[in-house]
Amino acid sequence: MGKRALAGAVVVFLMGAAAYASFYIAPEEKTMHVLQRIFYFHAATAWAGMTALFIGFVANLLYVWRREGKWDALGVACAEVGLACFTVVLITGPIWAKPAWGIYWTWDARLTSTFILWLLYVSYLLLRTLIEEPDRRALLSALFGIFAFIDVPIVFGAIRWWRTQHPAPVIMGGPGSGLDPTMSKVFFFSVFALHCLVVFLINERYRLEKLRAKFEIVRREAEAI
Amino acid sequence: MSLLSNTAVLLGKELRTEFRSRELLTTTFIFILTIIVLFSFTFDPTSDESRRFAPGLFWLAFLFASSLMLQSCFLREQPNDTLSALRLSVSDPFSIFLAKLAANALFLLLTELLLLPFFTVMYNVPVLPVLHWLALVFFLASLGISIAGTALSAISAQARMRELLLPLLMLPLLTPILVASAEATKALLDRAPYVPWAGMGFLTVFDVVFLTAIWLFGEYLLEE
Amino acid sequence: MTPPAFAPIGLRFEDIDKRYGGIYALRRVSLTIGPGECVVFAGRNGSGKTTFLRIAAQLVRPSAGKLSFSCASPNEETPAIRAGFVAHATMVYDELTAEENLLLFSRLQGTPKPENRVAALLEEVGLSERRASLVRTFSRGMRQRVAIARALLHEPAVILMDEPATGLDPQGVSWLAETLRRLRDSGRTILMSLHGESEIASLGTRAIRLDGGSVVADTRTGATFRSILTFADV
Repeated sequence: MGKRALAGAVVVFLMGAAAYASFYIAPEEKTMHVLQRIFYFHAATAWAGMTALFIGFVANLLYVWRREGKWDALGVACAEVGLACFTVVLITGPIWAKPAWGIYWTWDARLTSTFILWLLYVSYLLLRTLIEEPDRRALLSALFGIFAFIDVPIVFGAIRWWRTQHPAPVIMGGPGSGLDPTMSKVFFFSVFALHCLVVFLINERYRLEKLRAKFEIVRREAEAI
Repeated sequence: MSLLSNTAVLLGKELRTEFRSRELLTTTFIFILTIIVLFSFTFDPTSDESRRFAPGLFWLAFLFASSLMLQSCFLREQPNDTLSALRLSVSDPFSIFLAKLAANALFLLLTELLLLPFFTVMYNVPVLPVLHWLALVFFLASLGISIAGTALSAISAQARMRELLLPLLMLPLLTPILVASAEATKALLDRAPYVPWAGMGFLTVFDVVFLTAIWLFGEYLLEE
Repeated sequence: MTPPAFAPIGLRFEDIDKRYGGIYALRRVSLTIGPGECVVFAGRNGSGKTTFLRIAAQLVRPSAGKLSFSCASPNEETPAIRAGFVAHATMVYDELTAEENLLLFSRLQGTPKPENRVAALLEEVGLSERRASLVRTFSRGMRQRVAIARALLHEPAVILMDEPATGLDPQGVSWLAETLRRLRDSGRTILMSLHGESEIASLGTRAIRLDGGSVVADTRTGATFRSILTFADV
């Protein structure tokens, strides 16, 4: 318990530091001014969410291979945390877009594909609620999780190919794109902070899921008697 | 070797049962025809407008129809537990998937080709000069829909609310197919048609990736 | 019909567990069934008979433990076993004819000359005249005959039957008993679940009772054998 509380405190501190850095340390961007500061959270959350989904994908593979309940618990923990991240991304996106582009939503490639990604993982969680038997639920949702994850790059690729009227990615978006060195330091610090947050949340959710599975067994045994 | 012969035997069975009743083909055909007619109210179906909107709507209709059509492919096996009989008889469970997705792809392709004349006449877009390319796009897209759809219908067949669940699982997963095939069809129906290499490329990538995934993981979908 | 030369097969269950969502359907079942034994499984509904037979058929993967097969002659390699399985469901297609069903499955199993085998089997189960009728039009008893024919298609060395007399009329039961006797006497290993005493149960050489997913009684002797089937001892 002490260890987890300490981890929580560290995560809170890191998040606070990242917020401070993005407001007070990062220099003001020339065209978007203060508005651009949301970028440190918006983009970093997307990166952390992607990490969560990737860990979930590995957990799904491990479940199919080993058939151990812990991998199922990790899979659902990662999917939920990943989904939460992308929900934040989809909310902070329009907040940034409205003043920057004048509209909340545009069917731009990255918005659209993020939304599809979000839908895929909503379907994953929905599927889990619709299968009663725990082993079957674990196996089938793990398989769907695998299919969903390998679909993600194809979705991003296809949508990007045909719907690119967007600003090029600022980071790793090819030659010419790039951040001011301080900006990039702040950005990578918030990426780090959000990864810590995501790992912390996954761990908490994973413990909860394992408890829930245990409780489920006890409940079923009681029902059987 | 036995994979191919098992697949051929199972495909024969799928086709025989379907062509005996033609239930699936008839209902799907009528369903898509209805949607195509209803679409005409959503925009002004002149030739130019059709070229812009029709390919996307056409493929959307197919996706919806296939999410209904694919429901039955594993559900049919449930009442008599024939899936267990198949699993006991084949040497590689992948052949069960291969046969089903081949049958589904054939049914889809057949419906699409039957609907093409209606589509071209009603929406006033000439398809004859590009028919061979169009057929290839249809083939690649139907194959992709069937590959992923068959796997997902094996999942949804084991869940509650399956009629709603399959479209929910299928439609987001098949976004690349919708985008790529609609763009490819649009390119072919353009006033200055061109060969949609990018579209066909994406369709091929999707087909290969998901076929490999089913080859690797398909047998677990059939587990009891 | 002369049965082909084949090696009788034994089954060995080691500490088999099957859990469905944490609830045990089978708990630490260890059994060795010798080649050529005819075992009758008794037990109340939900005692694990069906799960046990489905594991023996390799349709269900046990949560823990191991199932292995052995040949009578120990130096022979045991090939992949394909048991003949009759379940609660008929496992045949209603929308195909009896003959089409059997042809389908024998082709999948790679039987040489499937037509001959299917014709002989249809004769054996007494469905030659209705071979071209859809199974949908059959009575429950006739369906059960098709189901039994399907299980016997590849002349399996291990036969698993889950309440095989379901839906059969008295003549049907006699016919099934006769068929099973012939299979047993030819050295095939038979595992079947039955309810109560019957003509079919009397073919058994060993009776096992399952309760709550565990083996609670196991005998080869006459008097106990009866009481296991009839629950006289409980």
